[in-house]
Amino acid sequence: METILETRNLRVEFRARSSANGKKIAVNDLNLNVRRGEVFGFLGPNGAGKTTTMNVLLGFVNATSGSAFLFGVNVREPIARQRIGYLPELTYYYKFLTAEELLRFYGRVFKIPRKETDRRIESLLKLVELDSARKRPIKTYSKGMQQRVGLAQALINDPDLLILDEPTSGLDPLGRMKVREIIQRLKNEGKTVFFSSHELGEVETVCDRVAIINQGELKVEGRVSELVEQHQANLEQIFLKIIGYQAEVLA
Amino acid sequence: MNTILALSGVVIKELYRRKDFYVLFVLTAVITLVMGSVHFFNDPKIVRYLKETCLLLIWVSALVVAIGTTARQIPAERENRTIFPLLAKPVTRAHVVVGKFFGCWLACGLALIVFYLFFGVVSGSRENHWPLLQYFQALWLQWIMLGIVIALVLFGSVVFTAPSSNATICFILVIGILLLGRYLNVVALREPEPLRSIVYTIYFLIPHLEWYDVRDFVIYEQNLIGWGNCGLATIYGLVYAAMLLFATWLVFRRKALSL
Repeated sequence: METILETRNLRVEFRARSSANGKKIAVNDLNLNVRRGEVFGFLGPNGAGKTTTMNVLLGFVNATSGSAFLFGVNVREPIARQRIGYLPELTYYYKFLTAEELLRFYGRVFKIPRKETDRRIESLLKLVELDSARKRPIKTYSKGMQQRVGLAQALINDPDLLILDEPTSGLDPLGRMKVREIIQRLKNEGKTVFFSSHELGEVETVCDRVAIINQGELKVEGRVSELVEQHQANLEQIFLKIIGYQAEVLA
Repeated sequence: MNTILALSGVVIKELYRRKDFYVLFVLTAVITLVMGSVHFFNDPKIVRYLKETCLLLIWVSALVVAIGTTARQIPAERENRTIFPLLAKPVTRAHVVVGKFFGCWLACGLALIVFYLFFGVVSGSRENHWPLLQYFQALWLQWIMLGIVIALVLFGSVVFTAPSSNATICFILVIGILLLGRYLNVVALREPEPLRSIVYTIYFLIPHLEWYDVRDFVIYEQNLIGWGNCGLATIYGLVYAAMLLFATWLVFRRKALSL
């Protein structure tokens, strides 16, 4: 199956005065491989290096060594991001724009023809249930609505790969369910989804494969069903065990 | 180019959805109209004072709009995190810099047109003639000057952390150049070495914004400025703005963006 997202020996270091050698290793020798049509969960405790890895994939941060590829193109090339959609953890958009204007703006960035943009705006606003609020400035939206407009902007270019950074963070149960439904729908359409989340139950429900990292290092990678069978525990217990909380799990 | 125009469109929308421009325009209009309604000493040439006041208000307002709007562009993108979904698309940091520049410059151009239309109507209604080419030259040169100012503020916005400190520093610098820039070479001649060389270097390095201030030509209805000179001033302004934008990109492309 075609590899959509790949990291090879990825290493990211930051300068840190508090550290003895003056640097902090955020990601260490990370090798990931996400294939077409997969929903891939990227898990780890806070500070594990998930967001840093995503930052490298999105071109915000340069890797200290190693490399990362999207669709076989090095992430340092802006064209690598032509076929991806990205939803950041905390979504803030131009508050003076309406949802429709925001989607039109991103449509122009992707050089999508006007008629096609109109068509996609219609279907996306229906998908994220913001059709009735399309003419309202984003500053009047609730957090859940902002998250949904974020999801719509991530889908405007009909991406083949979606990178979602904690997409359900801060949402109420109904909002989470809707995001889950959208991910499931994208999966059914054959899209590849790479997402980080702390909601392990949700990850277990929607993901084909997961990777768990801790302190910048990959600890485990595999199919959810195989991991559950191998460890004879649910994903949350496996996660806690891998990051070093066996005592609590056993208790 | 599509990306740059899309980014510019957002900046223009921001300007006309904020109150800054409207407040400045209303203030300019009210002060000018109040002054225009008063007759001092039955002086038939009193309209010159009216034109002088109105043009001064237009210059101050245009600088406030240009500096205020530009200073918050890149810091607001970072603070509100809108830069992340933007750069996650096939958008480079060079696109962001150039798009923001064009957006602010075009927005200021639109604001200037509104101001000069008002000026033309007020002065024309008092003098009963409309030297349109003179107004066009004044507007054009002021717009080119604003291009340099916007590029300077954009550079400041990637160097200084707070938009307010950037705006203050740029405002002082621009006013300083407008008031003192033309005298620096004269000052240099009076100074001993090495101060003379230092002042001369500054004189040749600073953007000569004062060249674009042709208010007196409009107020005293002097002859039109040569179109060749206007062209040279335009080229000088564009080259200066381009150099500042290049410097902005050099600094911005190395700026760490952390979530």
